[in-house]
Parts: sequence; C-alpha cells; structure tokens
Amino acid sequence: MKTDPLHAMTRFGLGAKPDQALPADPRGWLQAQITGADPVRFPPTLPTVSDGLILLAEQRRLKPPPGESLIEPLYRAETEAQLAVLIDAAAPFRERLVWFWANHFTVSVRQGAVRPIAGAFVREAIRPHVTGRFGDMLLAVMRHPAMLLYLDNADSVGPDSPAGQNGKRGLNENLARECMELHTISPAAGYTQADVTAFAAILTGWSVDRRDDSPGFVFRERAHQPGDKTLLGRSFPEGEAGGILALDMLATHPATYRHLAQKLALHFVSDAPSPATVARLAGVLAHSGGDLKAVSLALVALPEAWVPLTKFRTPFDLVIASARVFGLHDDPDPASHGRLAGMMASLGQPVWTAPLPNGWSDRAADWAGPEAMMARIDWSYRIAGRPIAGEPSDIALASLGPALRPETIDQMRHAGDRRDALTLMLTSPEFQRR
Amino acid sequence: MILTRRAALLGLGAAWSLGSASLAVAAPMEGAPRDQRFVVVMLRGALDGLSAVVPYGDRDLAGWRAPLLPAGVGQPGGMLDLGGFFGLHPALSGLHGLYEAGELLPVHAVAGGYRSRSHFEAQDYMESGTDHRLTSGWLNRVVGAMPRDPSQPDGDGLAVGLSMPLLLRGPAPVGAYAPAATQGPSPDLYARIAALNAQDRLTGPAIDHGLAARGFSSQLLGGGPAGIAGAGDRGKPNAFATLAQSAGHLLAAGQGPRIAALEIGGWDTHAAQKQRLTAPLSQLDSGLMALKDGLGGAWKDSVVLVMTEFGRTVRVNGTNGTDHGTATVAFLLGGRVAGGRVGGDWPGLSQSRLFENRDLAPTNDLRGLAKGVLATHLGLGPRALDAVFPDSRQISPVSGLIRA
Repeated sequence: MKTDPLHAMTRFGLGAKPDQALPADPRGWLQAQITGADPVRFPPTLPTVSDGLILLAEQRRLKPPPGESLIEPLYRAETEAQLAVLIDAAAPFRERLVWFWANHFTVSVRQGAVRPIAGAFVREAIRPHVTGRFGDMLLAVMRHPAMLLYLDNADSVGPDSPAGQNGKRGLNENLARECMELHTISPAAGYTQADVTAFAAILTGWSVDRRDDSPGFVFRERAHQPGDKTLLGRSFPEGEAGGILALDMLATHPATYRHLAQKLALHFVSDAPSPATVARLAGVLAHSGGDLKAVSLALVALPEAWVPLTKFRTPFDLVIASARVFGLHDDPDPASHGRLAGMMASLGQPVWTAPLPNGWSDRAADWAGPEAMMARIDWSYRIAGRPIAGEPSDIALASLGPALRPETIDQMRHAGDRRDALTLMLTSPEFQRR
Repeated sequence: MILTRRAALLGLGAAWSLGSASLAVAAPMEGAPRDQRFVVVMLRGALDGLSAVVPYGDRDLAGWRAPLLPAGVGQPGGMLDLGGFFGLHPALSGLHGLYEAGELLPVHAVAGGYRSRSHFEAQDYMESGTDHRLTSGWLNRVVGAMPRDPSQPDGDGLAVGLSMPLLLRGPAPVGAYAPAATQGPSPDLYARIAALNAQDRLTGPAIDHGLAARGFSSQLLGGGPAGIAGAGDRGKPNAFATLAQSAGHLLAAGQGPRIAALEIGGWDTHAAQKQRLTAPLSQLDSGLMALKDGLGGAWKDSVVLVMTEFGRTVRVNGTNGTDHGTATVAFLLGGRVAGGRVGGDWPGLSQSRLFENRDLAPTNDLRGLAKGVLATHLGLGPRALDAVFPDSRQISPVSGLIRA
C-alpha cells in the first residue's frame, strides 16, 4: 500500500505544513497520534461549562447593551483557542477526530444558551473520548448541559412525575429522538414512535442545575417519569440508572456501529464508500465494544483511505489547510478580516453554528454549489493577498506534492503576480480536496 | 492583457465588485476654510462624450453616427434637453435634475494635454496632470498645496477602495482603507481559475455557473474574443453608488477629509455601444446622486469633477461601437457650480473640423477646467497651480465655473 506523507497529512490530518518535516513513516506517524496521549493543553483561563452557565445567568439578569455582552468575548476566546490548536497541531489526525465527533454530536450556538458552553462541550465531552469508548463519549455528551439545553431535555418533565402533576409541563422528545436517529442506532434500526416516547421518558430528569454554585448536570428526581419503560423491547428501571443502561444499550447496538462506520467511511474514504468498507469498520467497532482507538487505527489500515483527493474540503478544512500552508495565525483584532472563524463563516460554515442537529454535511455536493465556489474563489484571492513568504510554486509543491497537476503549476508560473499565483493554487481542484 | 482590460472596462467590474469602482479620499487643510469639498470621479475606459451629451443641434451629427443616437428630445425614452443644442443621455436623469437646478455644468470638447489613444498611457497622463508619466498624481499635489490639519488622527486623508489611484499617489500623505470583503479577482484571473477547473466534474460546472450568474459570458471564459454579455445591471448592487455614498458621508463629517477620488469603469464601448452604454451611465448617474445624498448639507459647498481619459471616434465603427478618440465631455456638478448651461467652445462636427479626420477636436483643456475649480473653489494661487499641473503656465484657469 502506497502511503504518501502529504496524503497522510491532508486526508487524516489538517493539511500540509511546509515548515514541518514530512513523516518518514506516514502510517506509523498517524498511529502514534492515536496510541499516544493528547498533546494539546488549553490555557487554564478557558471557562468550564459551569463558568459559561454562570455567565449566561448573569447575561440574562443584567441584559447588557450590544457590545458589552458577557458571552461574546467568551465565545470568541473559545473559537480562537480551539482553532489556534489546529494550525500547529502536533497530532492533526487526533484533531480531525475531535472535530468529526463534535460534528457527530452537534450542538449549535443558534440556540442561544449553547453559545457560552459550546467550546466547553467539545473540550469536556468530546476531546477526552476520541480514542476511548464510544459509550463513554455518548454518556458524557448526554449529561453535558450544552446538549441538554440544545435539544431541550433540560426542561423535559415526566407527565406523572411530581413536577408534572399540575399538567403545565410535560415530555420533550427532542433529545431522545435525535440521540436515536443521529447519534446512535439511526432509523435503519427500525424503531417506532413508542420507542422514542419511552426513551424520552427514560431521560426525564436529565437536566441542568443553573442555580448551583457550580452549575452543571443534575438528575431531577422530581421531574423523572416514574415506573419501568420499554425501549426496543427491553425494560429499563426508573431513575437515573435507567438512562445510563439505555444509553449503554444504544451505544453498543449493532445498528449504532453500522451507523458510525458509515459516517467514518464518508469522512475518511469517499462520498460513496463501499459496503465492504463500512462493514469492515463496523466489524472493528463490534469486536472492540465501540473502541474508537481501534476504529481510528482501522481507518489508517484501509487501502481505500489512501486513494488521494476523493474528499472535497469543507470550508473548515479549506481555511485551516490554507492557514497551515501559509503559516497564518488568527488575527486577534476583532475588526480584522483575519479571524479564522470569520473566514469559515464567510464561506458558509461558522464554527459551532450548524443549522440542524445533524451537523455539517460531509458530502461534496453540499459544498460545491456555484455561489459557494465563487465565495471560495473570492476568499482565496483575499487570503492570497496577505504577506506570504516563499515562492508560490515552492509553496504549491510543498502543499500538494504528487497531487499538484502540471497545468496548475504552469498557470501559476505564468501568473502576473504572487497573489494571482497563490489564488490559482488555492482554487485548483487538487487544493479543494483532501 | 486585452481580455482583462476589456472585461473590466465594459463594466463587469462595477457590476460584481468594487474592483473597478474604487474611492480615495484625502486631506483636509489647516487654516483654510474647512467647508469646501472637491471630488474627482474618473471614468476609466474612455466615455463617448457625444453619447453622454449629444450635440443634436449639430447638423453633421446624424451623418456620422445615426445608429448610436438616442431618441430625440421629447420622445419616449428620449434625450433630456440641455438648452436646445445639446441633449443629455436618457440614463442621466439625475444629472438632468441638477442641470435644471443650475448645479450641473457639462463642458464639451475637453481633452487633457496629451494625445495618446492608449488607455494605459492616457489614464496615467490624465492622473499625472501632464503629457508624460509622473510618480505622483495632480490631486495629491493639490493636497500637498494645502496646509496640513494636525488634528486629523489618520494623517492627511483616506483612500477607500482596492488601490490608491495614481491621481492621489505622491508625497502628500493619504491614508487608505479597503473593505477587504469587497475585493475580488480580475475577470482574467476568474477565467484562468475556470480553465484550471474545467475538467473537474464537480468544481468545473459550479464555477462556470457561478461566473455566469455574475454576468460573465462564455466567450470570456473560453478565452476567445472578449464578447461580453451586457452585465452592467446584474450581480451585486451598484458598487459605485455604495462607495459614492460612503464618500459623501466621509466628506460631510466636520473633521472628515475634504478631497476624494472615485473611479468607475465600463466605458470602452467598441461594440453594441448603444446597448452597453446605458448600464454604466445609469450607475454613474445613481452614484453621483448617492454622493450628493451622502454629502447632505455639505453639497452646497461641493464641486465634483467627472473626467475620462479621452473620447471616442465620431464615426460609428463596424460593430456599432466607437474606437479610441480624443476630445469628450467632462462634468462639473455641485452646489458651488455655476451650472444650468453647457460650457466649452464647440468645434463642430463638419469633416474639416474633426481632429485627424476622426475625432471630436480638443478645443478645451482639462487642466484649464481643473485649474478654474482649484483657483476659485479651493483658493489655490498661480504658484500652487503650476505645481499641480507642471509646465502648463500657458493653460489659464477657466473662469466662471464657480458661483460667486
């Protein structure tokens, strides 16, 4: 199996980094990122979910005028810190997995309460588990205030619970439905509305204590629907333990493994992965009990994952890859157009702002429309106008290696200036892919 | 590259980005009255003056260019009368309103002191204010001739737009501000990007459709002869008007700059001129109205000079267009302008009167026009005027342009 180091960096990582040495053993380089510890250390000043919830309460109490928001600086600090990690990442494969799983478990700041805690959600519920057990990640996600608020479970009340007695509040199925449909077994498992309702009842009481000194997850006994519930033919006991058992069943369900395998193959192999590829990954998940380290290593071992340029870069991928190639870092000036998050937004993929709980698409067709391509071209021209060191053709060769087409390098050499040459590289079909 | 120039000059630029419609603003003055505003609008690509201000009373006109003439005064969609001999192009209705208010002064048969028919040379000469290339522009020297205002935190002025035009380049400090989100590649670069993606089944068609939606023709993309779809009214809203309004607001501010330059392309009408001239003229008209709107109360203290590098042939060419010529029209407008008439000595269009048997004869010097404004409106003395337009002592400031 041919293992090109630049392909390893673009397919599994975040793109070439011309100022870094190419890995001599691309597969070993990727494997070491998964078997080793997470090298990333965030500044301790970044807020925990509790800090975010306190600020959220203060924001709602004080109602500061626009421009003096308590939330905005926090959100910016989070996006800048988490994007900055990507530019010089020592373990870019691990970073790609973090963003893959964060998208799998989408929380979106379109729901206002999520804004101050979306970053903490990724650092607290996703990142620690990307090479751990899927079931652990699922439990961490389902207990995290960001998910409980985003999909409304925080206010879901069992109709027969003490809190539901006055009839004013009741069940909210949102999280239960999306957890089954998007996060775990998927509709392919053939569940019914009764299953969704039962799972929602199981999850009643999984809520957020916003008044505590250290606000966070709380199981509200008073809001929990009493009695046993039947989900997918299995009975689950009343109480918090019932939810934990149900989540464990969903996390280790064969349909969940197939669903996860399909999404991983879509992300790392192609927009139309073969059934054999999906079956291979699902098998690894099944045999390992949902071990995400094992399935990540299995991805590296797939020959079809080493076929170059089969994946189209999302705006997130494109911005990060371009910043890495040019050695650009986030411009902290709020008025500048140099913010990586702002670039992603201008290309249609603002950070943690997916329109729906199914997250951002992983298919080229959803990103390569005419207006989207024009936005990419115009953005490329803007970024190519920044002060960038080095000869354009050297940059292209270092970024694309064997994927660089003769016609691209030829057009670059005939460009009238550096900016045009770099724009041609960024907008070439090979750079638009990973 | 001809393709680039043609595409940009035919107004595509103005339609989809600020690429060919940019704005530069400069320098207030200390000690001098802070009320007077002066704005220069450059029409890059050579406006056909005989279409913008039509000498319909000239008996030779129809013989030269009947296919290019708008409908007559008083007819539906016809010319707007300027006193019985000249008619304003119907797309310039806003300017006609200014004429009727006595605030528009078209000056005909104007040319700079150069006789080049190359866009690139002539634009540089027009901006240098000479018949050769200088490294500074005459409007920068106007800024330099005025006392500096140390209270300006951003230095002596501000340029808004993609690039600092030569007109404003030079030793006098002029700041720059470019709205980055409005920058875009040239049509030529778009075409090369499209070519590099042409074989890609995903990005190729998407880019083709994206370019088409912005008004680029397939001929442009194919790199063939630069046949351009009439695109002036498609794509983004009038970028020139947006910039012009911003310029007005900046100039109106109490501590704002007092001198600005804007530019707009779309004038190089070698083919199908009658159809293709309407969009850029409309953009110019609405842009100048937006400038007036942005200036608000400062309009009464303002003079705007609209100029282009040269005119176009009197005869229609083989593709219902016109080729590069010599004299053309210039406009002065603003609350301080002594308008409501058409200025300049009219040379006539009889064959013997044509310059080199093809162009409207240059009987009025652009520098004299500018000097007349600078002397009366901004109070520049003879020595300063000599510095602004070197070697032009023989060109006297035109008098009577500014209201007493």
